[in-house]
Amino acid sequence: MDSAQAYFMPRARLQDLIDSLAAAGYQCMGPKARDGAIVFEALADASELPTGMRDHQEPGSYRLTDTGSPRAFAWANGPQALKPLLFAPSEVLWRARRRLDGGLDFGSDAPQVRPLAVFGVRACDLAALAIQDQHFVQGAHGAAPDPFYRMRRDGLFLVAVNCSHPASTCFCVSTGDGPRATHGFDLALDERDDGFLVEAGSERGRAVLEGLALAAALPAQLAEAREQTARAEQAMTRSLPGRNLRASLFANLEHPRWDEVADRCLSCGNCTSVCPTCFCHSEPERPRIDGGESVHAREWDSCFTRGHSHIHGLTVRPDTRTRYRQWLTHKLGSWHDQFGRSGCIGCGRCIAWCPVGIDITEEAGAICRSGP
Amino acid sequence: MNPHLPAEAEVVERIQESASVFTLRLRLCDQAVREGYRFDPGQFNMLYLYGAGEVPISIVSDPEEPEHLLHTIREVGRVTHGMARLRTGERIGLRGPYGRGWPLALAQDRDVLVLTGGLGCAPVVSVINHIVLRRPEFGRLTIIQGVKHAEDLLWRERYAAWAGLADTQVLLSADHGGPLWPWHVGLVTGVFDEARIETGQTLVMMCGPEGMMRASARELALRGVEEGNIWLSMERNMHCALGHCGHCQYGGSFVCRQGPVFSYPEIKPLFDVWGF
Repeated sequence: MDSAQAYFMPRARLQDLIDSLAAAGYQCMGPKARDGAIVFEALADASELPTGMRDHQEPGSYRLTDTGSPRAFAWANGPQALKPLLFAPSEVLWRARRRLDGGLDFGSDAPQVRPLAVFGVRACDLAALAIQDQHFVQGAHGAAPDPFYRMRRDGLFLVAVNCSHPASTCFCVSTGDGPRATHGFDLALDERDDGFLVEAGSERGRAVLEGLALAAALPAQLAEAREQTARAEQAMTRSLPGRNLRASLFANLEHPRWDEVADRCLSCGNCTSVCPTCFCHSEPERPRIDGGESVHAREWDSCFTRGHSHIHGLTVRPDTRTRYRQWLTHKLGSWHDQFGRSGCIGCGRCIAWCPVGIDITEEAGAICRSGP
Repeated sequence: MNPHLPAEAEVVERIQESASVFTLRLRLCDQAVREGYRFDPGQFNMLYLYGAGEVPISIVSDPEEPEHLLHTIREVGRVTHGMARLRTGERIGLRGPYGRGWPLALAQDRDVLVLTGGLGCAPVVSVINHIVLRRPEFGRLTIIQGVKHAEDLLWRERYAAWAGLADTQVLLSADHGGPLWPWHVGLVTGVFDEARIETGQTLVMMCGPEGMMRASARELALRGVEEGNIWLSMERNMHCALGHCGHCQYGGSFVCRQGPVFSYPEIKPLFDVWGF
């Protein structure tokens, strides 16, 4: 954090930041502890934040504990990233109405979008957002921009928090995406017991920050923030065996490890639901019972389902082995062809939320390290 | 502008091709949409049946007549079963065209081998029509169609008509023939000896079941056809056709955008691996 741009915000003034964003027309969203996990929900008051909460993540396990700490962001992540706020888990793409003369009218409703300000976004989530932007808006691999995603994206204000307490499942250092947010945010916070160091990353962020009229951060505070980041980096024990595993994965498509992982994998698709870069979806049709209208929707889908690769009379990937292999070779391999980088941002969600604790770093390691 | 939104189209004609295969002639209802519509052979449309959903179907008609769009469809699933019951005058939704079609520019002045299996013929019928209408612009045309059972063969008269054209060869093959099957019995690769293929001069366009395409591409390459001159149309579970939904992913490609037509070298690394 550059001292010329960093300010100190006492903890008591966090509410001023929430209020000023609300006054600027944003609906504020922030982390809350609900149902035993940290989730993003509407945020009106700083007291709703998960103060004192720590997350303990292991393969197949996620637990919150209250440490009594004054900190509100001393956790790594929850099952959600920014994905559900932009790429809705289910939404209507268009509607067909049958006219009395038998003709069809097609139309779509503009989604009801309010500008959103999200608090507590991590560097990994910003990296995932950049990938989803490439996929849904920037037309990577020649795709058309999606108007629904774009409307939500345009109104998004991001308050990042530099990660100070990575979980044991985290490995963003090895993917190059964290733990510090370096770009893609409007404001970034370093949390301290007594408050926050605040940095602006955009003109919008700078305007909000100026409105708060905060004092400049002290050199000692900046040094502590840097040390905190260094400690977070060192705390990460997991890693992928490389940034680009494309060649190793595709050279090992018949590796025996695929069979081993298939024996454990339930093909449940949890990893794809919590993954902030997975974009697969299906388009179910929902006719109204009176026959007067039919709604064409889109809904998150997963390459772990049977229907995902079904073509008339044939399921291209009929078993768990081929589905897990499809997921991993795409995420860490062919993703490079499509987006110029890996699809993994090191958040570790797929490890913690896998009901049988399959660890992507372990599987990639087993397949790539023993191969060519 | 919502790129997901279909346009209204009218069923102008319905042709029953076989017990389970039918062709719909469609006309976009809105004049401006109809006049702005253009496609390349090998591209596909998403056809929508009210209340049931969308299916990707290749366009078999001639691109020079984009006002009438022909789609040959096999009844295989919920949506196509419903579509089989459409009658003239009924309305459906249509959006497209999507994907990359056949490399017709590359085919100029060269021999073209059109190799199809099963209903695979549909995506290349427009190519055959295109070449037949512009015969002097192309070299020899060889049409090879393989079917599993003799009774699967569609368009018998059409093949007969094509076989009568100048510099055109038609070879038919059925894995299981029958008393009324005068042509080759066995795998489609079995007719390659009969085909007059000038390997350095021939561009291959093939479409059909992947097993048939795999064996054929390998055999043609062994016979000296340059792999870069072999093109094939892939099929995957396409939902959005916009490159977003991920269902048609094939390695690093989305079949709906980088395909459905690929050159053999583009897909070869994964083509022999089961499960992609």
